[in-house]
Amino acid sequence: MTYIAKPSLHHPDLPKNAVGHTRRDYEGKISTLCAGCGHDSISASIIQACWEMNIQPHRVAKLSGIGCSSKTPDYFLGNSHGFNSVHGRMPSVLTGANLANRELLYMGVSGDGDSASIGLGQFAHCMRRGVNMVYIVENNGVYGLTKGQFSATADKGSKSKRGIINSEEPIDMVGLALQLGASFVGRSFSGDKAQLVPLIKAAIEHKGAAFIDVVSPCVAFNNHPGSTKSYDYVREHNEAVNRLDFITEREEITADYAPGTVTTVKQHDGSILRLRKLAEDYDATDRIKVMNYLQERAAEGEVVTGLLYVNPDSQDLHEHMETTSAPLNTFGARDLCPGNVMLEKINASMR
Amino acid sequence: MKRIESTNDFVVKFANVNGSGSASANELFARAILRMGVPVAPRNIFPSNIQGLPTWYEVRVTEAGYQARRGGVDLMVAMNPQTWDADVKEIEAGGYLFYDNTKPLPKSKFRDDITVIGMPLTGICNATYTDPRQRQLFKNIVYVGALSALLEIDPAEIERLFSEQYKGKEALLQSNVKALRLGRDYALEHLDCPLGLRIKRANAVGNKIFLEGNNAVALGAVYGGATVCAWYPITPSSSVAEAFIKHCQKFRVDAATGKHKYAIVQAEDELASIGIVIGAGWNGARSFTATSGPGISLMTEFIGLAYFAEIPAVIVDVQRGGPSTGMPTRTQQSDLLACAYASHGDTKHVLLFPEDPRESFELTAKAFDLAERLQTPIFVMTDLDIGMNTRLCEPLVWDDSVEYDRGKVMTYEELEAGRDFGRYNDVDGDGIPFRTLPGTHPTRGGYFTRGTTKNRYAQYSEAGPDYIYNVQRLLRKFETAKTCVPSPLLYPAEKPARFGAIFYGSTSPAMQEALDVLAARGIHVNALRVRAFPFQDEIADFVASHPWVFVVEQNRDAQLKTLLVNEAKVNPSRLLSILHYDGTPITARFIVEQISQHAAARTVVPLKKVVS
Repeated sequence: MTYIAKPSLHHPDLPKNAVGHTRRDYEGKISTLCAGCGHDSISASIIQACWEMNIQPHRVAKLSGIGCSSKTPDYFLGNSHGFNSVHGRMPSVLTGANLANRELLYMGVSGDGDSASIGLGQFAHCMRRGVNMVYIVENNGVYGLTKGQFSATADKGSKSKRGIINSEEPIDMVGLALQLGASFVGRSFSGDKAQLVPLIKAAIEHKGAAFIDVVSPCVAFNNHPGSTKSYDYVREHNEAVNRLDFITEREEITADYAPGTVTTVKQHDGSILRLRKLAEDYDATDRIKVMNYLQERAAEGEVVTGLLYVNPDSQDLHEHMETTSAPLNTFGARDLCPGNVMLEKINASMR
Repeated sequence: MKRIESTNDFVVKFANVNGSGSASANELFARAILRMGVPVAPRNIFPSNIQGLPTWYEVRVTEAGYQARRGGVDLMVAMNPQTWDADVKEIEAGGYLFYDNTKPLPKSKFRDDITVIGMPLTGICNATYTDPRQRQLFKNIVYVGALSALLEIDPAEIERLFSEQYKGKEALLQSNVKALRLGRDYALEHLDCPLGLRIKRANAVGNKIFLEGNNAVALGAVYGGATVCAWYPITPSSSVAEAFIKHCQKFRVDAATGKHKYAIVQAEDELASIGIVIGAGWNGARSFTATSGPGISLMTEFIGLAYFAEIPAVIVDVQRGGPSTGMPTRTQQSDLLACAYASHGDTKHVLLFPEDPRESFELTAKAFDLAERLQTPIFVMTDLDIGMNTRLCEPLVWDDSVEYDRGKVMTYEELEAGRDFGRYNDVDGDGIPFRTLPGTHPTRGGYFTRGTTKNRYAQYSEAGPDYIYNVQRLLRKFETAKTCVPSPLLYPAEKPARFGAIFYGSTSPAMQEALDVLAARGIHVNALRVRAFPFQDEIADFVASHPWVFVVEQNRDAQLKTLLVNEAKVNPSRLLSILHYDGTPITARFIVEQISQHAAARTVVPLKKVVS
């Protein structure tokens, strides 16, 4: 696909959003991933979510580590600054960028090798700190760019393309995120855009560390019988706990819901999350119950998806640090340097 | 036995047990002498331990103002039985031993060629205090009191220091004064005061300040406009970040809102620290980390990324003994090569070598300008000797008229006006491209940052010519760096000299003293203090103009010499290494001895002098 240039001229009747952009304005370069790769569907969902939310593309910073997933920020939001950093270290680079300018929207894209193996530590500490970001793990259970080795999220007992059975326990990133204090945790499937787009939108509006684990089959190395991250397997075992409708403060609520089937969660900025319950008694704001439920379902081999947990009263790192509302990167010497008169006083205190 | 007799020029060493509260008492001793107008050069010699292991504090009293360790001990205050034998052995012949004689020691534990002064410190404290902690803590103040009598230190200066320290804490003030007088009165009554070593009021301190290097670095970061700091605790650098926190709380809190114009993260490790610094630098905030050798090792992948993706970052390396965990509480200059070439692939980095706390302040502040001007990591190479010792140095100065140099950042207006933006495009020949900050313009100036190959417009490319273009440009940028970094300083000999000497960093005070001593002995040496890497041409010229050049360093492998040969292309056969690397700071005595030996071996003695 990579040899086909994307046309820069678009149909004049393409619908525009409130900030005057067509959906195409949120696209990036043509993907160099394999045809059918789940990651490209996730990029498309990010594009859709940003367009629908009227986000100015250049006010987004996209950061990633290394791997197939980490290449994808080049394939969406072409007018945004992107940073393809080092393997497993996107969280720290994003944290620094976020500290420098709290006004941008930070989107971290990573993979299961990048975040569950080499970068597990940075993933954990980023969640703990409550960095205001959307953290998407494109989870395919396999190392694609190096051709098919198991990753740390591969399920025990699953089979590689070469026929090897994985004997190691998988790392459940959703479970970790919940334990580590992420204030928004979701799981979805790259093949379910209807579920994924509202999740991304809610995550963007969320203040704090918003983590979404997206099972995203690798068509080249992990889409065969015996894999638990294949399209077929995930479709068969997907158990959605809720259906999310994301409603910004400004939108009129028009949808009709049967009584008792909907929970409403209002986030800090006034945006409303309407969760249509699919699982009985599932309460996405009760962290302990959520953790128990996920453990139980995982033991049954189910892949639980949906908005799994949200803390509507979350805080982010800047609030913890009490940083100024003006971004730190806007200050000059006049704001930052105490000057020579003060230095004379400092000198005097050291005599 | 000939007693050492000296006024305002001697070395006192305190041998203590770590965690016994001796540090503040010993510093009090040093400050009291300073207040009498007599310069001191104190040094902590401490273990990697919180409680129980031996620790020493060495105070060189030096009216001449020499700030290096002299070597040798004239008065040992031996408070630690664990190290008694070695401590007693270290005293110069004719020197003095002050000790706690509450419990008698056999005669074999002493020497005949020194003056021994025993005082029942434990006995006095046990008789005066009932609380065990007080007995221990006030013992230190009691010996300071006794020393004030033995060395003729004005007790009023000590009491004045107490009243400054315990302002508003009357009970603490009184109990310290009481302990001081207890020791002093005992000494005046029972001991033979004064010793041959004395303090006499002088006027040699002037307006100098008494400042610790790590604190100076932190102040430099505040003045240099750092807003983001990420760090991981590691000796001997931790107090840089801790001091930065303290200074930010004082100078960077918005008076109206109480909000902070800084963000400091104690990260999970050094990898995250440097990642945060790079992320912030990429996004236009001045950011830094402080670490030591093992931290540098962990950061190297990221440092290569910052070099190749061209992101400003400041890294303070407070060097300690390596390799591996090495000697965490000892000093060395042994990270030069690790920092100069940090990371895989072809990398070269800018290093700055401050000589003392004052220059640590100045060069740290400057490092932020350099990082943004050159869009690359800048290393501030201090060490434990500078960082964790309080040093008498010239006052700090700041020029309020100077604006920060933010380097080549393309603005919204320039982009809007249609100025061509190529992130890695060298538009004016200095090797430094323009950058944009994220969020600047809706449709122009956005780019994708990566550590892999790209063309001059930051588009992904694996093409050889694109790679060559970028790495050659980085070399051009390194040439530009030579014109921005501080130039070397020449210390010319008073008489024509055949020998040259190159030195840098914390070797400076010992070297300057050694030059004086050598000159007095008729050995004249032109000296050059290197303050930065890459090396300017005058460094190679200096080597070329001397038949022999000593390169004085505090590492085993002559790392600066390696860099000089490799990068300044100087003739290695002219270079004679003088290397000190046992973990203690280099001394003038060591340098003098080494240079004298080399000089003697290389001095052609006229034939008639040999036969006569």
